Amino acid sequence: MFDVVVVGAGPAGSMAAKTCAERGLNVLLVEKRQEIGTPVRCAEGISKKALQRFVEIDKKWISAEVIGAKIYSPDRTEVTMAEEMAGNEVGFVLERKIFDRHLARLAAKAGAEVLVKTTFLSFERVGDRLRVKLKRMGEDWEVETKILIGADGVESRVGRMAGIIKTLKKSEIESCAQYLMSNLEIDENYTYFYLGNDLAPGGYAWIFPKGNGCANVGIGVLPSIAKANAKFYLDKFIEKFEIKGKIVELVSGAVPVYGEVATAVTDNIMLAGDAAYHSDPITGGGIANALSAGYHAGIVASEAIEREDFSANYLRRYDELWKADFGWKLRRNKKLQEFFLKLDDETLNSLARSIAGKNIRDTSIEAIIAELIKKNPSLLEILRSFLSP
Amino acid sequence: MAKKAIVDRRKCAYCGACVAVCNLFATELVETFLEINENCNGCGICVKVCPMGALSVAEV
Repeated sequence: MFDVVVVGAGPAGSMAAKTCAERGLNVLLVEKRQEIGTPVRCAEGISKKALQRFVEIDKKWISAEVIGAKIYSPDRTEVTMAEEMAGNEVGFVLERKIFDRHLARLAAKAGAEVLVKTTFLSFERVGDRLRVKLKRMGEDWEVETKILIGADGVESRVGRMAGIIKTLKKSEIESCAQYLMSNLEIDENYTYFYLGNDLAPGGYAWIFPKGNGCANVGIGVLPSIAKANAKFYLDKFIEKFEIKGKIVELVSGAVPVYGEVATAVTDNIMLAGDAAYHSDPITGGGIANALSAGYHAGIVASEAIEREDFSANYLRRYDELWKADFGWKLRRNKKLQEFFLKLDDETLNSLARSIAGKNIRDTSIEAIIAELIKKNPSLLEILRSFLSP
Repeated sequence: MAKKAIVDRRKCAYCGACVAVCNLFATELVETFLEINENCNGCGICVKVCPMGALSVAEV
């Protein structure tokens, strides 16, 4: 009998398991794969501030540090958002293979049981508890638990089986392909973002430096409007921008761009990270929110167990916490995404030209929107109508 | 004859994008092996979201 079973040993799951175990709970963390952290399905970028909130930085899983971002409109007008000088890094590009293992190890160190090659199949209710059916190294295995935390990623079974979330539509998911490339000649102080309706319909292309001339070169497209698969657009991007490098790894993946779910809980169950569609609808970034969600889910789980109340009614405290932390941002950025989706390439170019060369000293979405409004006052009304509920 | 999704394992990069959008739970990723079960009705949404172009719908 466990207090908490966590499904999925990514950042959300490991953070939840760690938080529960640190508070003395009996925790089981299961990962369906045989290796935690691989294969990677991520561009690996995260802001320094967001990461430091939840994890002590260890250079072992930092591939590169950046001082800012450069955004390119379809005609390649450059917008730079950056700190004044190098040495004042604002972002990290992680080595997820090592980072994810590090987090799982922290959970184990705190006292959580960790099992790999163990797949969640289903659950049933037994009184006020759950019986969770798992497949462990090919054998059926059942465990009882008071709380189940689904951190099982974009393809979450826990969330959909529990009826907490609906399956994503093709307008609610970014389809992504990425190469790890070597032999690149780029300024490794920046991350790079490329916009364009032909280049990356409903998404963007990126180059995130990984150090020593390597970088994640990837693209995300929205399947509801894309005319081909993500890999096709990625190869076209590399050709068009004459990115000369050697491909040393291929990554493919999908990112929810849903916005804010109404709730991430039901009786005995909470969802965290991509499983709760916690990734950002504009940037696609998911690690920071996953860490935050995992932490909050762990806190609420430990409080619920102390009170012996695993009802949805009590677990809604978790909804309050993640919504106050970043849910409001998912909701706003979903609306901004819908706004940006309507812009044609010429509009993107003129918006970029209006703020090109300006010193945007902050790498947030807020900073760039503020600068855009300053230069294009008419945008304010349009954005207002988009952002009003 | 019925329509069903089929996977080209030499193209599949086992990311699970197809699992995420299938509301019939017809696709399942077992390590690097994508299984498509009898729940599949050939709707083709997985074909649209597959980043690699590894999926197609065929008459079986």
